[in-house]
Amino acid sequence: MKGLAFIARLRRLKAWLFARLIGPAARAIARLRPLWESLLAGLIGLAVGAIIMLIYHFNPIQAYFALFRGSFGTVYSLSEALANATPLILTGLTFAIGLRGGLFNIGAEGQVYIGALAAIALSLFKLPAGLHLIVTLLAGMLAGALWSLPAAILKIARGVHEVISTIMFNWIAHFLSFYLIANILVDPRRAEKTISILPTARFPVLMPRTSLSYGILVSIFFVGLVLFLLWYTTIGFEVRAMGFNPAACRYAGIKRWRTALFAFVMGGFTAGLAGAVDVMGRPPSYAIFSGLGGLVNLGFNGLGVAMIGRNHPVGIVLAAIFFGGLMAGGRLMQISPGVPLELIRVVEGAIIITLAVPELIRIFRLFRGKLLIWRRA
Amino acid sequence: MTILDHFFGILFISLHAMVPITLAATGEVLGETAGLFNIGLEGIILLSALTGALGAEAGGWVVGLLAGIGTGVAIGLLFGLISTYWKGDQLIVGVGINLLAIGFVAFQLIILGAPGFHAVPRAAQVPNINTPLGKDLSPLIFLTLALPFFAYYLLSRTQVGLKLKAVGEHPAAADVAGIRVNITRLLAATGGASLAGLGGAFISVDWIGSVTKEISAGRGFIALATVVFSGLNPLLVLLGGFIFGFFESLATWISTFPGIKAVVRWEIVPMTPYIVTLLVVAGAIGRVRFPAALGRPYIRE
Repeated sequence: MKGLAFIARLRRLKAWLFARLIGPAARAIARLRPLWESLLAGLIGLAVGAIIMLIYHFNPIQAYFALFRGSFGTVYSLSEALANATPLILTGLTFAIGLRGGLFNIGAEGQVYIGALAAIALSLFKLPAGLHLIVTLLAGMLAGALWSLPAAILKIARGVHEVISTIMFNWIAHFLSFYLIANILVDPRRAEKTISILPTARFPVLMPRTSLSYGILVSIFFVGLVLFLLWYTTIGFEVRAMGFNPAACRYAGIKRWRTALFAFVMGGFTAGLAGAVDVMGRPPSYAIFSGLGGLVNLGFNGLGVAMIGRNHPVGIVLAAIFFGGLMAGGRLMQISPGVPLELIRVVEGAIIITLAVPELIRIFRLFRGKLLIWRRA
Repeated sequence: MTILDHFFGILFISLHAMVPITLAATGEVLGETAGLFNIGLEGIILLSALTGALGAEAGGWVVGLLAGIGTGVAIGLLFGLISTYWKGDQLIVGVGINLLAIGFVAFQLIILGAPGFHAVPRAAQVPNINTPLGKDLSPLIFLTLALPFFAYYLLSRTQVGLKLKAVGEHPAAADVAGIRVNITRLLAATGGASLAGLGGAFISVDWIGSVTKEISAGRGFIALATVVFSGLNPLLVLLGGFIFGFFESLATWISTFPGIKAVVRWEIVPMTPYIVTLLVVAGAIGRVRFPAALGRPYIRE
């Protein structure tokens, strides 16, 4: 009798455990699924990079050690990672806002160029310290939004797919920038770069002897703003609803042109800012070089950041730091084991392809057998 | 030179410039008819331009072109597998392919020693032929001119074409009728990607004769625009490909023409093909209708 009571107590304990501990824990793990998927995709991407390195006779362990040391190993490298993350957070937001609204807006690349050029152009004028910085930021923002407007109008009025229109505008921006850098905004003493941002419009350096500037505060502010706009305002709700179920939105009377315009313009603001913040906070030159230098691929990397961050502002911050770290560490990897920096982009591409598979975890689980039966609780 | 000579000069370059766009767009028409929207064309063209050049150096132009086609097939299989059996998001896979290609080509060019540029020896390039139509033409031009007619016949007069349309328009009905939706889509996407691969190899092994890290220069996306313009009719792809090829060569021609060169800055001229693309696409939409299930994976209920 005593034994039976013991077993009954064990059963009650088990039921209690499942109801109070394991169940909620399993649900929490399930809710964190996007996080696991991103981590898994990151690992698969790094594995693809390692395979390529092995094929080309590089030592992947040595390379990844250098990558880690150059990204998060020291205070200096961590600052560089954060400095690289500053514009990526903003371009990541651009893509995420579009995708939340059901638009595949890949125009950030061109809008970054235009925003940066507008910021440089504002240094043709002299203004008092503080004010100059704010005006320059606003100019970058507006320029990015203006550049995204034609694509928005083509989408709304003519139904042109945004992938095609934004890519075309990226190329037009590319050549327009070459023209402006070489002719209008050129530094009279050094033909290979534009004039520098005047000291009155520069972001002060946050960490001495690194390129981390106070510009990162702008990025963080916009993360909060986008979070607020998308989740706590009517228009934000409409945008997300449109991305979720356009047919239902039509019956609910949500106007497609309003959500598309919001997504494009808000995306243009953040992308233009990314360009402006980057040139305003990048020592030592505070200028754009011919060939566009560090601005190239900020927009497309933002896409990867948004994908890994699962199109959520908070996730984007983490993903941007990860990407910024890859870029910072990639430079060290290029120096010490001599692996070209471009390999990082291959890793990014592999991560994005992996993340496109919605049932990533399920496919992965097939290899693990039936270990997760307890999740039924 | 008379005006007529100039005109023939532009026409001559256009015939070459239209090849990669038309090939990629014809392939994409096959894929989109079956319901798969592959925006990785740009990456396929870029990557196969590289593999084509390497193949041509290793074993002549035939190997080069085959390497390009092979690259297209490999990426097409990956894209098709993810977007059919694994129900992946086609746009995201396409973007991933593009990024991967940009990174890998730049990486490989650095490994080859000359950052950003790699030339294919003249001997390894496709030999040009003299025809009544013009001298020094690439044989691939004639393939390009013929292929859309073949694709048109395939899509509108054969059972294969009917199956492709069925899986693109109403996969559930096609499934009930006994057509294997996923494998049909996978094969259509792979076949389409192989044509894009051939187009990429054409750029490096035949037309330009070198690889740079920006050799594709948006041609994959212009091909996508051509598909939109054509409304999935391969014959209109030929027309669209020629229009875009014409404006690309017009831009090249203007930038070398002494009188105009002095007035117009060189940076402005290369924008023309992209602006024309935007205008053409903006004008074309509205009259075209795409397959109902385009871009969506088929999930059996």
